[in-house]
Amino acid sequence: MSTDTLEGAGLLVRPRPPLLGRMWRGGLQGSEWTWAIAFTVPYIALFLAFVAYPVAFGAWLGRDPSLYFELAEDPIFQRTIVNTILYVGIAVNLKMFGALLLSGFFMRRGWWVKGLLLVFVLPWAMPALPAFISIHWMLNGEWGLFNNFLFNVFGIEGPGWLDTSRWLALGAVITSHIWKWMPFWTVILLAGRMAIPQELYEAAEVDGATGLTRFTHVTFPLLANLYLVCTLLSTIFTLGDFNSVYFVSGGGPALSTHVLATLGIRDAFEVARPELGVATVLTALPLMIPLVLILMRKLRTTEVTL
Amino acid sequence: MTVAVDDAGPAVAVAAAPTSAQRARSARRRLRWWKEAGALGVAVLVLIWTLVPVYNIFMVALESKGDVFTDTIWPSQPSAESFWIVITQGYWYLEHFWHQFGNSVYIGVGTVFFTLAIGSLASFAIGRMRIRYGWVLSNAALLTYVIPASFLAIPFYRIMQIYGLTNNLWSVIAAEVTFATPYAIFIFQQYGTSIPIELDEAARIDGASPFQVYWKIYLPLMAPALVAVGTYALLLAWNEYLYQFLLLSSKQSMSVPVALAQFLNSDEAPWNYMMATAIVYAIPPVAIYYVFRRRMSAGLTMGGVKG
Repeated sequence: MSTDTLEGAGLLVRPRPPLLGRMWRGGLQGSEWTWAIAFTVPYIALFLAFVAYPVAFGAWLGRDPSLYFELAEDPIFQRTIVNTILYVGIAVNLKMFGALLLSGFFMRRGWWVKGLLLVFVLPWAMPALPAFISIHWMLNGEWGLFNNFLFNVFGIEGPGWLDTSRWLALGAVITSHIWKWMPFWTVILLAGRMAIPQELYEAAEVDGATGLTRFTHVTFPLLANLYLVCTLLSTIFTLGDFNSVYFVSGGGPALSTHVLATLGIRDAFEVARPELGVATVLTALPLMIPLVLILMRKLRTTEVTL
Repeated sequence: MTVAVDDAGPAVAVAAAPTSAQRARSARRRLRWWKEAGALGVAVLVLIWTLVPVYNIFMVALESKGDVFTDTIWPSQPSAESFWIVITQGYWYLEHFWHQFGNSVYIGVGTVFFTLAIGSLASFAIGRMRIRYGWVLSNAALLTYVIPASFLAIPFYRIMQIYGLTNNLWSVIAAEVTFATPYAIFIFQQYGTSIPIELDEAARIDGASPFQVYWKIYLPLMAPALVAVGTYALLLAWNEYLYQFLLLSSKQSMSVPVALAQFLNSDEAPWNYMMATAIVYAIPPVAIYYVFRRRMSAGLTMGGVKG
């Protein structure tokens, strides 16, 4: 096609020439189709080879119903289900609520608040592995920093946090997870708070809103949607969180603090039964599917970017 | 501690009740003082909460081997010996440390390149060329984004075994690119809406091929988003553990996190060497994060609370 005539046409027809508009907006023509296909093929190939194929393969591995009966009768698996529910339920809610409160705190002015924020995001900025290894050793009953501190300062003999009791270990795992991930959500909610126009607060102040009413009538209604999306996303991420449990408690004592993500890997690689591992993970589907559906709808409409 | 005194308040012009006005003002001042004190208290708690595990890592790394198994809460004779051991590869778990460090860098660079290339090409086709079934691709990306990576690990590993790619760095790059690209497409599409489509049209009129539009107009204008996503992909690849652990098991192919976790296999782990290794491993991503923080948050805050 000749560029000159098109340019001429563009000059003649003042408001956007429909012909030109159609080229990009309507359909693609001729060689453009080839280009469009060439541009999308890498992603399609990536998706088919490394997402669709593993998903299908996983479903095929876990197809045998007897695997699920076996799991249902396994006391370790039953405990794992309870752990997963507690872990996700408690960790997500404490983390998100803490993030909501702290994001309000970090709205304060002053250089030291900004400096504190930089320190506060450190757990998120550092890789998970060093952080959790450090916590693991810190909670060692005999030589860990935590018990050494209790002994040196208060003269108390602390318990073995990770190897004596299931609930202590699970609590440690939950706390570690919150330590690592609360900064991230605080930053997200902080961005959400900053996007609220200041005029709204001024108007509310004129109407006599202060302190708590300011929060319940201005901040929270505007943050609610973001908070919900973040909570749902965090639920999925926490459900799939492998590192916190694996490195802090390692599933111990006596396999009592596993969650689905770590038990699946254990079944597949340590017990060498991939089918059972896949089945373990697949039992999370009843929770996953509604979450994914709601999230996909929400993420498409709300433009929350993470 | 600063007690703000610049609060003149509305000048109470009525001379009738100076005492009540003064009292109100001092009450307000006292409230403000309490608020400042409360904020400071919160700050101290946040600081302790955040820094204790970080302190622990440094403390153990600076201890000598004998000190690790004592009940001290600070190193009695701090020494940088552990760091020296790591740098000179002076312990048998660390024999190939710099080689493994190189592996991690290789994985990171490969992941960044392919994430940016695949993500930007796909977003260009979806967002700029408006291909008909673009929404299918966006949804596929979104779906991948919300599937936890650890749930896919078992079949992924089996597939890599079938392809004969275990102990091959490319299998890890494939995994990291798979999980970073959805985020890339997400950000690129959102950022792309801020670039006027008329630019593409003008270039088309001048006879540019779609690839030229992509290369000469789209990519340069997308630079901030490319930096943000590139940093994200680099950190993801550097920090990720599970896939690297499953896919890389030989000493030559291991990346740093896998080598680091090896220490946990032995009963009598030299914790000071391990923590020093952990610090050396953590420094690059932390430094990169703090350098690119502002650019990354460009992607984070876009559209913060909409709808």
